[in-house]
Amino acid sequence: MISSDRRLDRRAAIRALLEERGDLLLVTGLGSTSWDAASVGDDPHNFYLWGAMGAAAMVGLGLTLAQPDRRVLVVTGDGEMLMGLGALATIGVQRPPNLAIAVFDNGHYGETGMQASHTDSAVELIGIARACGIKETFDISDELGLRDFAGRVKKAATTLFARVAIRTDEPPRILPPRDGVYLKNRFRQAIGLP
Amino acid sequence: MSEPAAAETPDWRDEIFAALKAAEIRQVGYVPDAGHARLIELCRDDRDIRAVPLTSEEEGVALAAGAWLGGERTALLMQSSGVGNCVNMLSLTKNCRFPLVMLVTMRGEWAEFNPWQVPMGTKTQAALELMEVLVYRVERAEDAAETVAAALDIAYNGDLATAVLLSQRLIGAKRWVK
Repeated sequence: MISSDRRLDRRAAIRALLEERGDLLLVTGLGSTSWDAASVGDDPHNFYLWGAMGAAAMVGLGLTLAQPDRRVLVVTGDGEMLMGLGALATIGVQRPPNLAIAVFDNGHYGETGMQASHTDSAVELIGIARACGIKETFDISDELGLRDFAGRVKKAATTLFARVAIRTDEPPRILPPRDGVYLKNRFRQAIGLP
Repeated sequence: MSEPAAAETPDWRDEIFAALKAAEIRQVGYVPDAGHARLIELCRDDRDIRAVPLTSEEEGVALAAGAWLGGERTALLMQSSGVGNCVNMLSLTKNCRFPLVMLVTMRGEWAEFNPWQVPMGTKTQAALELMEVLVYRVERAEDAAETVAAALDIAYNGDLATAVLLSQRLIGAKRWVK
């Protein structure tokens, strides 16, 4: 993970976040972050969004409020987060201690031809999160920062928000299951729900 | 009941709240509306319910999905204009067969003063049905709680998306000039 351009390899980044995940619950957004999670290995504690762009952070909020004794990590991309920016305001009001959001930010829409996103030129996600009341923020561009964040996710006392600077490459797609009912049912079973 | 038989009928908003409590609703996402003001207040004051104000209604569809992944039941309160904001997000509900109960106060119909409410208000039911949400409409106060209870039942017994439209005639048209 040598990043002369001060940006991380996305697959190495997701591995670092999930390396010692324990019983961490994971929600990923449409679409590359879902492939990233699958690259580490499919897991019933993962809920991958294959659509509903902009939903990831709010799915994470509903889950954290319902499961206050478990840790929830949302990993999504800059484009997906930008579509649901209002969610940061909503989460800023609730601030559940067991929720962490990591945005893999390459400043581009990777799934649609690498068009520049708003974060490429003007918009700072960290600033938005802070202005929404999420004060524990992390701007991460190296592996040390990632490992520090991964450790905090397990014991934070308030909602965390990280922007993870990643490169604009497109590693091979590794696709997780895409049947929504299957993903829902196995997730609920994995945490002991009927 | 110690009240005399001639006591005034209970407020239909309070009865809807009782239906939410009976169904063990634990999270209530809402975008404020005058027609929902009483229900929002009751939810915010209840210590077993997490009331979550939303910036836009589609957030509530995703909130409901996440809550159900974690085993909690939700209700989502909005005005009819907000239904239009939910359309693509309802693909999450449909693909995964998440249960969903939307309580929608209607604008743009009975004695509407503001014509800007009319385009979405007149298409609210059609927009929901386009996304295969089951729609129930309430015109009379005495039907409100029973209809909400029925929607909760079918949503959570059948993993289905439902909406209860509370008509503008029921709520009372907004008074613009005092």
